[in-house]
Amino acid sequence: MARYVFKLPDVGEGIAESEIAEWRVKVGDVIAEDQPLVDMLTDKAAVEISSPVAGKVLQLLGNAGDMAAVGGPLVILEVEGAGTPGADAVLAASTASVAPAAPAAPATSAPATSAPAPAPAPASRPEVAAPKVSAAAPSAGLPRAVGEKPLASPAVRRRAQELGILLQYVPGSGAAGQIRHEDLDAFIARGTASSAAPVGRSKRDGIEAIKVIGVRRKIAEAMQRAKQRIPHFAYVEEIDVTELESLRKHLNSEHASRGKLTLLPFLVRALANAIVKFPQVNVTFDDDAGIAYRHAALHVGIATQTANGLVVPVVRNAEALDLWQTSVEIKRLANAAREGKAKREELTGSTMTITSLGALGGIVTTPVINAPEVAIIGVNKMVERPMVRSGQIVIRSMMNLSSCFDHRMVDGFDAAEFIQYVRAQLENPATLFID
Amino acid sequence: MSERIETNVLVVGGGPGGYVAAIRCGQLGLKTTLVEADRLGGTCLIRGCIPSKAMIHVAGKFEAMLQHVGAGKLGIRLDSAPLFDLGGAVDWKETVVDKLNGGVAALLKKAKVRVVQGQAVFTDAKNCSVQSSEGPVQISADHVILATGSVVAGIPSIPYGEHVWSSTEALLQREVPQRLAVIGAGYIGMELGMAYARMGSQVVFVEALDRILTLFDRPLLKPVENWLKQRKIDVHLQTKALSVVESDTGRALEVEAASGERTLLACDKVLVAVGRRPATQGWGLEQMAVTMNGAFVKVDDQCRTSMRNVWAIGDLVGEPMLAHKASAQGEMVAEIIAGKRRSFNPVAIAAVCFTEPELVGVGLSPDEAKAKGIDIVVGQFPFAANGRSLAMQAGHDGGFVRVTARADNHLVLGIHAVGAHVSELSGEFALALEMGARLEDLSGTIHVHPTMTETLPEAALAALGHAIHG
Repeated sequence: MARYVFKLPDVGEGIAESEIAEWRVKVGDVIAEDQPLVDMLTDKAAVEISSPVAGKVLQLLGNAGDMAAVGGPLVILEVEGAGTPGADAVLAASTASVAPAAPAAPATSAPATSAPAPAPAPASRPEVAAPKVSAAAPSAGLPRAVGEKPLASPAVRRRAQELGILLQYVPGSGAAGQIRHEDLDAFIARGTASSAAPVGRSKRDGIEAIKVIGVRRKIAEAMQRAKQRIPHFAYVEEIDVTELESLRKHLNSEHASRGKLTLLPFLVRALANAIVKFPQVNVTFDDDAGIAYRHAALHVGIATQTANGLVVPVVRNAEALDLWQTSVEIKRLANAAREGKAKREELTGSTMTITSLGALGGIVTTPVINAPEVAIIGVNKMVERPMVRSGQIVIRSMMNLSSCFDHRMVDGFDAAEFIQYVRAQLENPATLFID
Repeated sequence: MSERIETNVLVVGGGPGGYVAAIRCGQLGLKTTLVEADRLGGTCLIRGCIPSKAMIHVAGKFEAMLQHVGAGKLGIRLDSAPLFDLGGAVDWKETVVDKLNGGVAALLKKAKVRVVQGQAVFTDAKNCSVQSSEGPVQISADHVILATGSVVAGIPSIPYGEHVWSSTEALLQREVPQRLAVIGAGYIGMELGMAYARMGSQVVFVEALDRILTLFDRPLLKPVENWLKQRKIDVHLQTKALSVVESDTGRALEVEAASGERTLLACDKVLVAVGRRPATQGWGLEQMAVTMNGAFVKVDDQCRTSMRNVWAIGDLVGEPMLAHKASAQGEMVAEIIAGKRRSFNPVAIAAVCFTEPELVGVGLSPDEAKAKGIDIVVGQFPFAANGRSLAMQAGHDGGFVRVTARADNHLVLGIHAVGAHVSELSGEFALALEMGARLEDLSGTIHVHPTMTETLPEAALAALGHAIHG
């Protein structure tokens, strides 16, 4: 038997490090070749990394949320035959150093997350190094898993009882989550010392500290970068979609077998037409290099809400798709993104982004540009409103488009013209289909 | 006209549960009365723990002296065999019992507890009458602590008598029987049977279950079984004792094996040690309207019965029937009555068995932990590798210390040991569990050399994968 050090392969263009999203194996697992080892996060996507060899997992070098360097050791495996030279040294070095302690968390956080990992175990039993207790840390507000007896010395137990404090609600900072006198003091100081049934309205205490990792961290970084670097300006226009709606309903009833159309494919169509006249909005701007790339194709990002947060899958070459193809592609990508199965290339390379919340769309939004793009189109909710047409008050289906542009690349005049062009097409849907 | 006593607390029973409860009540300023029909100290002190340990000590001392007869041992040689007088041993044992009995009386007096000698008979939950040696007494109490303990169980077809002893009689004999049949291979039967074997009796055990000492797991029992084997002491497992048969050829115990085969085991005396049952009869418990839990009085985790301000502790409320559990409950109840917040929530209650060699168990065994679905690591360390054990002839009985801990955070779940003198290690074991020690706490505590206690950190290190002397 020999040791094999699996190093993090290149997961994307120019990426020097990547975040560990989720381990798919644990220490002690016997794994097959090509079995998924870990999900790594790049700027856009979670990438599944598989094992090139079969073997037994001896050690995982890092926890979810940690950054791992490309080319750095990630997993140590026990394999048949020859392993990696120097693997034992890696193992020894990594066991010799104490497992990285979580950053000091506020007292209100779940104790298991702040408890240091158990002392390094000898190389012969690496499995005990994995702090399973931490992994089982409950998130529901209780400091320990349901049914797990709080650990405390007899003196602490007695003091708690005299104070009427139920120890299962007290976070413990000692080894293995043991509740010490200091923890009891801290709990009392927080003022939650009443075990009596609450009467009437009572104060709610407690702050839950959540480590920002994974997709959420990526979103945070991307949004901050966009807002810091891009001088946004917003332009809102209202659009009479009465005709478009009647066309849409007609197509849906006449061509039910081709699938149901929403408003989005029509908007995509309008944008695909508009960028021919306004190439300065279908741009990706490399502001470090000072180069703006004008794209002939419309690769349109569709902002999608997933359980983990905002993800933007990309409908590629939207100009080449008809309404139904666009519709099917949007649905497919949205599902893939929600299930976390979107491929990396499906989450990158957009040239413009649409954000639509449907009935939740509100009246006006100021969407954040999906850098390095220079335009984002926000769809607001559609409502029937009384409008004046030819001196008559008539009921029309009205919808706002809230768009934001990168003022470095797009002038207000151009943006206005661009949106007016889109509006004209949507209000006169026949023009959508005129080249 | 009988005397009337009005008291805050009435404690019924002067054993390790009752007298501790009464002393603590007195310390806390409660007007306390204790009623005891027998001598103060209860089963534990008068006819259980203490006298049996005294007799086991005598048996061990005598057996040790026999080693020196003839060729001698350790450089000590006796020209002739020592003579053994069981009557003399029992007299010495009584001095130990008397001393402790007097000590309990003194402690109760110091705590200003009124002791009434006699059998309390309840008419309702808060009132009882006692036919004391000083005349009839009526007692009314705000609180009643029931601590009546337990009595020996028996076998109807083998009634107690001159030749059929309970553990009580086994501790009062003045002559060592030549052949002793012990019914029941639990801890009482084993302790007393082994003591008689060491005093010279030819002992045979009859046990209905398929193993001895069910409290302990098989690896722990190995040294005990070896001791029995070396002395050619038969243990008939899965065997029922039917009756004592008297015939021309002498006395015999008729037993039936699992196969249905019946045999006669020749014996001079029979010791029945088939367990104990709570003492619920003859003192008016049925007048008190408390809810039962099988044979036991039902209590909650504060030892409250179903009747307001009637409390019950010790053997009366269930397993484990151990003196130290009763004392802990007694102390707790006294404090609850005095207005403190308490509940009975030990991590573990240690159990000790004074067999040859001794056994200790605290917390979960590896099998029990696994049955609960806990991932564990186990380490053990033999006394054969412990200097102090070898230096006092205690390292050759196959004994060891075993630590069971959670695999993930190394929290110690159980500590067990078998070997000579291990009962004295039990306190550290219990402390480790109550304090929530991890393996690293055990291995990181410097233990005195040369002592038997050094085996505990070694066992912890073994569980961590690197015992120094293992």
